[in-house]
Amino acid sequence: MSIFLQQLLNGFTLGSLYALIAIGYTLVYGILRFINFAHGDIFMFAGYWLFYWFFIFQLPWWLAALLAVALTAGMGVVIERVAYRPLRHAPRISLFITAMGVSFLLGNTIIVLPWAGGRQKPFPTPAFMTQVYTVGTVRIQGVTLWVPLIAAACLLALLFLVYRTKVGRAMRAIATDIETTALMGADINRVISYTFLVGSALAAVGGILWGCRYPRLQWDMGVLPGLRSFTAAVVGGIGNIVGAMLGGYLLGLAEILFVAFLPHLSGLRDAFVFGVLILFLLFKPTGILGKPLKEKV
Amino acid sequence: MLEIRNLHVFYGGIHALQGVSFSVPKGSVVTLLGANGAGKTTTLRAIMGLVRPREGAITLDGRSLLGRRPHEIVRLGLSLAPEGRRIFPDLTVLENLLLGAYARSDSAGVARDLEFVFSLFPRLKERVRQRGGTLSGGEQQMLAVGRALMAGPKILLLDEPSLGLAPVLIAEMYRAFARLKAEGRTLLLVEQNARAALSLADYGYVLETGRIVAHGSAPALRESDLVRRAYLGV
Ligand SMILES: Nc1ncnc2c1ncn2[C@@H]1O[C@H](COP(=O)(O)OP(=O)(O)O)[C@@H](O)[C@H]1O
Ligand SMILES: [Mg+2]
Repeated sequence: MSIFLQQLLNGFTLGSLYALIAIGYTLVYGILRFINFAHGDIFMFAGYWLFYWFFIFQLPWWLAALLAVALTAGMGVVIERVAYRPLRHAPRISLFITAMGVSFLLGNTIIVLPWAGGRQKPFPTPAFMTQVYTVGTVRIQGVTLWVPLIAAACLLALLFLVYRTKVGRAMRAIATDIETTALMGADINRVISYTFLVGSALAAVGGILWGCRYPRLQWDMGVLPGLRSFTAAVVGGIGNIVGAMLGGYLLGLAEILFVAFLPHLSGLRDAFVFGVLILFLLFKPTGILGKPLKEKV
Repeated sequence: MLEIRNLHVFYGGIHALQGVSFSVPKGSVVTLLGANGAGKTTTLRAIMGLVRPREGAITLDGRSLLGRRPHEIVRLGLSLAPEGRRIFPDLTVLENLLLGAYARSDSAGVARDLEFVFSLFPRLKERVRQRGGTLSGGEQQMLAVGRALMAGPKILLLDEPSLGLAPVLIAEMYRAFARLKAEGRTLLLVEQNARAALSLADYGYVLETGRIVAHGSAPALRESDLVRRAYLGV
């Protein structure tokens, strides 16, 4: 494969991971109008759940991964219930500060947990990710093949959920008008719980796929992917689901191409990403697909 | 039937409803008239569980609605076409209507009600795939009413459905309400437009600064000095 195609595929793969994580930021922002800073730590936690179920409790990889996704999704729901819901009518700044607090709490929980701790741990990569497949004349490693495919399948499932199901309709409705959604007979607390469930589940899938590609675990590994995915959500238009996906793919491609074509600047990779963030916030805060969002009361 | 007794609502220090009482018997059309700021919307919001009254009682068929959340009240049989229509601009007309039926699980009944709404407002049927935000004001009001009907309510609450509409659209809207009345449905119609409301209603209440100042049958209210002076402009 030519270098360029290889880099495109890398960018696409990284982008699909950003897209998975960016959805959670955008869903929550769309409804509650705040940036859930703990989302990156949710992403990190999925890898540790997998680590526990696979290494410590010795479950088969697929089962451990399913449990990790389910538990991470459940954590998202619980965090909303205990930390964010009581602040539903509080000023936005209280939510921001609480989200930071939750983020610190999750990171530090890993540091004190037995078998985890502050030091780097190995990520359990399954055999099908390391295996080399031969497609025609092209030899391709499992991660290169499966990571973008699984991510894309999850994104398609999300689009189906949001645009073709009853609860998806309520999720879109609640993002424009919480009160009127309640008048439709929808229990808004349940819709919001559902939103956290879905956003956290996607972040968990992202976390596991991320681990397959970069197989190490560390308590603060969610910070940078979280910030980059947040950038992707802003680029696509925060609050816009399709925008978050588009932003994820664009940012992943841009980042990889930046490093590939300007290798001497590769140390400035994050400066590049956050430069993009700052430019968007300054000149196009509504992103590519977003519309100006009203501040909700 | 819906009973409101001695309802008091405060917004901070503002005493918006000061002991409002009225009732909506089954099968009747009751109108609540009042000028801007009289407390009409507040009354409907209290009934739907969107604001919490400080005092008073709200019962539907003898069951108290106080302290229940809006989606529970919808399930008990009330639905509201809110002031300002509040349709979901990014959802299609069909999605808006289906959201109105969110609490229901009888898909046959939902399909039947959808056909009924389309027969009531044929323009909505022509625009099913269009986004709600692209509709004209009159069509948005039809959508708001149709969406509330999709809940299959025992009592339909309407907050100023004629607000901001051209006279021909008001007439069209009220022809639809007349059809609902002829079918024996129960309506609570909140209006500033007393002329339109009293042409349809069986019974009316007049609200002024949070109090009921007059009530009576629609013909009697039409003849009363208070209503003639303040609301009919004669
Ligand atoms: N959210 C609110 N906060 C403070 N005051 C309010 C609020 N909503 C309504 N009011 C006040 O309550 C009174 C009744 O308002 P409302 O019920 O909207 O009247 P109407 O629907 O008859 O025009 C008015 O004086 C209005 O200013
Ligand atoms: Mg009003």
